[in-house]
Amino acid sequence: MPAAEPQEFFIDPNRCIGCNACVQACAECDTHRGYSMIQLDYIDRAESTQTVPVVCMHCDSPTCAEVCPADAIKRTGDGVVQSARKPRCIACNNCVLACPFGVPKMNTGMNLMMKCDLCYDRTSVGKKPMCASVCPSQALFFGTRSEIERLRPRSRAVNTFRFGAQTITTRVNMMIPIDAPVDHIDVTAAMYEATVGRSDAGEDSLLAGIFVEEEA
Amino acid sequence: MSYDPDQLSIPPDGRPLEAAPRWRRDFPIDIPRDEYVARRDFAKFMVLTSFAFAVGQVWIVAENFFRRRAGAPPIRAIARVTDIPVGGSRIFTYPGDEDHAVLIRLAEDRFVAYDQQCTHLLCPVIAQPEAGRLHCPCHNGNFDLETGRVLSGPPERPLPRVTLEVRGGVIYATGVEVRPS
Repeated sequence: MPAAEPQEFFIDPNRCIGCNACVQACAECDTHRGYSMIQLDYIDRAESTQTVPVVCMHCDSPTCAEVCPADAIKRTGDGVVQSARKPRCIACNNCVLACPFGVPKMNTGMNLMMKCDLCYDRTSVGKKPMCASVCPSQALFFGTRSEIERLRPRSRAVNTFRFGAQTITTRVNMMIPIDAPVDHIDVTAAMYEATVGRSDAGEDSLLAGIFVEEEA
Repeated sequence: MSYDPDQLSIPPDGRPLEAAPRWRRDFPIDIPRDEYVARRDFAKFMVLTSFAFAVGQVWIVAENFFRRRAGAPPIRAIARVTDIPVGGSRIFTYPGDEDHAVLIRLAEDRFVAYDQQCTHLLCPVIAQPEAGRLHCPCHNGNFDLETGRVLSGPPERPLPRVTLEVRGGVIYATGVEVRPS
C-alpha cells in the first residue's frame, strides 16, 4: 500500500470573504484554547473590502526561532513551528519584530509569545486545523496536493517567498493564478508599489525618502 | 556527518551542519535534534553523576568522623539568674560564636533555651513569652515556648534545644539537643 499523500495547508486570499469564521474557530482549538491565533488583515480598508487570513507559514528557516535569545521557539519533526515554550519565553518580542509575515503575537498578560501552531493537537492526528474546517469559501484549505489541483484548476500553489535578499520556503502554500509568471512571492515589493485604486498613486508620503538608496 | 535526518530547518546562511557555528549545534531549532542524546553524552552523564554520588558518600563519612572528634560542646556560663526578669528573654551564642540562641525565663526557677535559627529557612526566631511562642516573621512560623515544637507555619522540625543548668545563680549551657520531627 502506498504511503498516504501528506496533507498541506493552502491559503487562497482571492476567496476570502472576511467573514471572521476562522478567527472565531481558532479560539476554540484546544492547542491554544481561548486565544485566536489567526489574523484577518484588511489589505487596504479605505478602498477595498479585500481581506486575507494570516496564519503561520511554518518556514523551513524560521526567522522567529533564529532570533529567539532564549531558545524557546522550536520546530517539530514534521515541520510545524510551535508557540514559544512557556518556561523559556522571556517576552522580549524579538520574534514579533523579526517574523516577515507578522505572525507571532506577544501575550503581555502571560508574558508569552503565542502564534499559530497549525492546531498541532488536531493536524498531528490527521484532522483539519480549526480555521480550515470552518472556512465557508475554502480560502483556507487543508488537504492533499492532488485534491487542490483537482478543485482549483485555475490556481497553483507557491511556497517560496522573498524578503529582500532572503528567500524562504514555507510549509504552508499560497495560491496564485496558474498563469502568473512568478516562481516566488516578493513580499517587500508591495512596499514600493503604489496603492491600488488610489487617486494620489505614485507618492506615498509615509514611505517618501525612506528607500532612496534602493532606487539609486 | 554531512547529513542529519533530524536536521530539518535550514539556517539562513544555508551552510551545512558541520560548517555551522557551534551554538547552532548546541541549540537546534528542530525538536528531534534538540531532544537527541548521543550515546557518548549519556555515558558521560551517567559516569559523572555516579562519581558525584560516590564522592558524596565519602564526604558524609568524613564529616561524621570529624564531628565525633570534635566531642561534646563545652559547658559555658551564659547569664546570671538576676539578669533576666520572669517572662524576659536574652540572646546568647552557643556553642560557637556564630551560633545564636535565645534564653527565656518562663518562671522563677524555670529557664529554657533554643537555637535561634528557624528550622525552615534559618531566619532568627523572636521569643514572645506573653504569647507563649517563638515566632519566625519570615514565613509566619510559630514554635511552642515550653518545648520548642512547631505550632504552626512551614517549619517541620522543632527548634534544637540548648540544655541548661543553674548553679549558684549562674546559668550554664551544657549542650545542644537536636530533635527529629
